[in-house]
Amino acid sequence: MCDSCGCGDHELVPVELHEKILAGNDRTAAHNRAHFRAAGVVAINLMGSPGAGKTAVLEATARAMGNRTLAALAGDLATDNDAERLAAAGIAAQSITTGSACHLDAQMVHAAMHATKWRGLDYLFIENVGNLVCPAIYDLGQAANVVALSVTEGEDKPLKYPVMFRAADLVLLTKIDLLPHLPGISLNRIAANLEKVMPKPLFLPVSSLTGEGMAAWSTWLEHRRAAVPNAALVER
Amino acid sequence: MHEYALIQSLVERVEAEARARHASAVHRLSVRIGEQSGVDIELFRTAFMTFRDRTICERAELVVDTVPVQWACERCGEPIQPGRSLQCASCHSPARMVGGDEIILDRIEMEVA
Repeated sequence: MCDSCGCGDHELVPVELHEKILAGNDRTAAHNRAHFRAAGVVAINLMGSPGAGKTAVLEATARAMGNRTLAALAGDLATDNDAERLAAAGIAAQSITTGSACHLDAQMVHAAMHATKWRGLDYLFIENVGNLVCPAIYDLGQAANVVALSVTEGEDKPLKYPVMFRAADLVLLTKIDLLPHLPGISLNRIAANLEKVMPKPLFLPVSSLTGEGMAAWSTWLEHRRAAVPNAALVER
Repeated sequence: MHEYALIQSLVERVEAEARARHASAVHRLSVRIGEQSGVDIELFRTAFMTFRDRTICERAELVVDTVPVQWACERCGEPIQPGRSLQCASCHSPARMVGGDEIILDRIEMEVA
């Protein structure tokens, strides 16, 4: 009750918060990250548009990194197809069926971790829902964000989706085996556009089909292990 | 369409704060959204109008303060204009976004009996 003038009105109280709307997600992500670090698991959040080749990259990664134990959490709106493909490629995979949600959040990843044998892994790939917008703002607890951008998607994608590419630690330019059929597409122009939106532009051209670039991608992944303090302890 | 998920988080946070303070209604929410935060502000407003029904925010006004994009050198702090690359012209260090990626709940004005 307003007691300054006795008017009988309720009192209006301003509450200053200045807090991130995603603070709850960020707390869960920090919790996931602490688990990954303690267990020496490198978690990679793999994003990209539908059809960018995310699942194919993981299949090729399994072929290129036979010495490492990999698993994946595959976010998918409605199906288990990606998880089934990954399992066939030898990557233990757990689906996260998001229903109508266009992105994964830290809580979905946390719930999936309970259903996955992720301790003792070298790498856990979190294949996000195919989308260049929504997944960019959700921290999942990953060690790094990787964005798959296929050469067929057009050179200006980085400029159209700056939030996604700004969040990327690495961009994989996929399907480069198709370049001979795409006379209008230049890797240099894609690179120039990435430089306009990524403060530390880093990209690797790869082909999941021919295996080109997979060695460089494996090396990049190996370097990420240095950033995970306990990874060396579980070195095989 | 993550704007709907954001509004859901926002309303849950406001409801928790209102409960803790025994508020009977919320009059106004002030949020700060960066121009390059990945949030579509019109969609955010529409989502709020849809989701506020039957919550403590039912009659609340949503005030959105938009923040322009600003980059600065992560080493020397020099402002950097986006252009050919996001690097400092004087020391060549990478730029850091210092404004424009905010998704922040600043203030709740609530009615306390």
